[in-house]
Amino acid sequence: MQVNGVHIEDTFAEAFPMWGARVVITAATARWALVAARAMTGFATSVIGCGCEAAIERSVPHTPDGRPGISVLVFAISRDRLRSALVDRIGQAVMTCATTACYSGLREVEEWLPVGAALRYFGDGFQRRKRIEGQRYWRIPVMDGEFVVEEHFGVARAVGGGNFLVLARDEATGLQAAWAAARAARTVEGVALPFPGGVVRSGSKVGSRYRFLTASTNDRYCPTLRWRTQTALPPDVCAVYEIVIDGLGEEPVREAMRRGILAACREGVVSISAANFGGRLGAYHFRLREILAGSLSQEDR
Amino acid sequence: MTLVLTLREIPPVPLEAEGISPDVLKGLALEDVLNLEAYLGNRRMRLGDFFEADGEGSEEIVLRGDLSRVKWIGRGMTRGRIVIQGNAGMHLGAQMRGGEILVEGNASDWVGAEMRGGLIRIHGNAGGQIGAAYRGSTRGMRGGTILVAGSCRNEVGMRMRRGLIYVGGRCGDFTGLEMIGGTIVLCGGAGIRSGAWMRGGTIVSFQDLVLLPTFLYTCTYRPTFLRLVFNHLRTLGCALPQGIDDARFALYTGDTAMPGKGEILVRAP
Repeated sequence: MQVNGVHIEDTFAEAFPMWGARVVITAATARWALVAARAMTGFATSVIGCGCEAAIERSVPHTPDGRPGISVLVFAISRDRLRSALVDRIGQAVMTCATTACYSGLREVEEWLPVGAALRYFGDGFQRRKRIEGQRYWRIPVMDGEFVVEEHFGVARAVGGGNFLVLARDEATGLQAAWAAARAARTVEGVALPFPGGVVRSGSKVGSRYRFLTASTNDRYCPTLRWRTQTALPPDVCAVYEIVIDGLGEEPVREAMRRGILAACREGVVSISAANFGGRLGAYHFRLREILAGSLSQEDR
Repeated sequence: MTLVLTLREIPPVPLEAEGISPDVLKGLALEDVLNLEAYLGNRRMRLGDFFEADGEGSEEIVLRGDLSRVKWIGRGMTRGRIVIQGNAGMHLGAQMRGGEILVEGNASDWVGAEMRGGLIRIHGNAGGQIGAAYRGSTRGMRGGTILVAGSCRNEVGMRMRRGLIYVGGRCGDFTGLEMIGGTIVLCGGAGIRSGAWMRGGTIVSFQDLVLLPTFLYTCTYRPTFLRLVFNHLRTLGCALPQGIDDARFALYTGDTAMPGKGEILVRAP
């Protein structure tokens, strides 16, 4: 299969079940909401090293308090770790940011985690609770007024680790394609691309020759190791970028992969592949050719 | 199908008609509806002695006529909807837990007294003790929403514990008397001694208030949580002044005579 002359490998991305939350951050201005969202999603690229994965989803036109808002998606491997990540990150990155407030962005869910209920103790007994329209909020006194945070945040089963690899002739064209792919993938609601710019250059494999390390560089895709390992690279590929996609369900991940791959298939890209572990670890398998099947012209097929 | 009850004439003394509630009337045949008991003073009567009925027992009830002497309409109701095309008497929706009551005219005292849930909407004016605790009771309204487009009299939200009261006009004296929690929004201000003996909760006034000296000025700021309250009120169709979301409010803490942890927020000029 080819798209725009780019070879689509007959392989699949292997993804994992996770738990996800959407957090809506509001502030007096869009700038301060963005400042808080960036702080909250910092150092949240991988559950392995950061405890959670998080990224800015989009700006929110209608927020609970009517102020400018940004939604952030946070993913973790269990509800407990997700609760812990939300409490830490909202407490340290959002509550500390001037003029902000923080609300759950998921409503029609069955599972709710006590986030504001844990953060309220910062109020040292001066915190107040308000119930408005069936939802409970905490008003925590801070030095510019009050930090308002919802008592419980809705969480849902999610999918983490949807991915594809952009194999390019050189770094510049590979990066352009990867950037375009990340941008296209982000247009899907309910997905987050947790790595810097949505692009990963240090793809990893499970395990290492060092006993203390659980993940190490994916040597099969490193161009400098072409002759020192069992390479997966075609002869003319000198740069590989990975797009990693987490989503609030299988369908958003699949659609984000589809849009991303189509955007990545451009001049200078040799092929599109995906990272997997032989299908032994992840519950979700996203086959590249199946994802693209409905999007191709007759010529490409 | 909707049940329509039309009052023939205003009773000479108050009529106690607790049976006018969706919980009681749903599923009843028309004859059974008319045979429900009602008390005219201390005399046991039938609902059919005062009302004409049309339709069948339902969760949707329409009441027609001047019911300003009909008490306890919707008492303790948990579901359904009552529309009163006229005025309503005392204790409307008292102790209700769910459902909705709409009054197209005026209502009397004790609207939503000790209610726990649901929505009461009055298009006209209401009397006193809205959402209040009955005499001797420690807690008033414990949930739900009361919206009064017009004005109210004294002791609105007395010993209120939770819930929301919105008054589009002006309130009388002792608004939020001994209030414990919840929120009262006053668009047209209130009389004297608002928040007296207040222990908790929030009174929001868009007009200046004459406050007791036991309320202490604390600061002037833009409370974010009020935006949530205002947005909720807008979804319920309440009129709010333009620019209220960005308005600054002076916070007064009290009643320090208790000492209380209540708050009165008065829109700053």
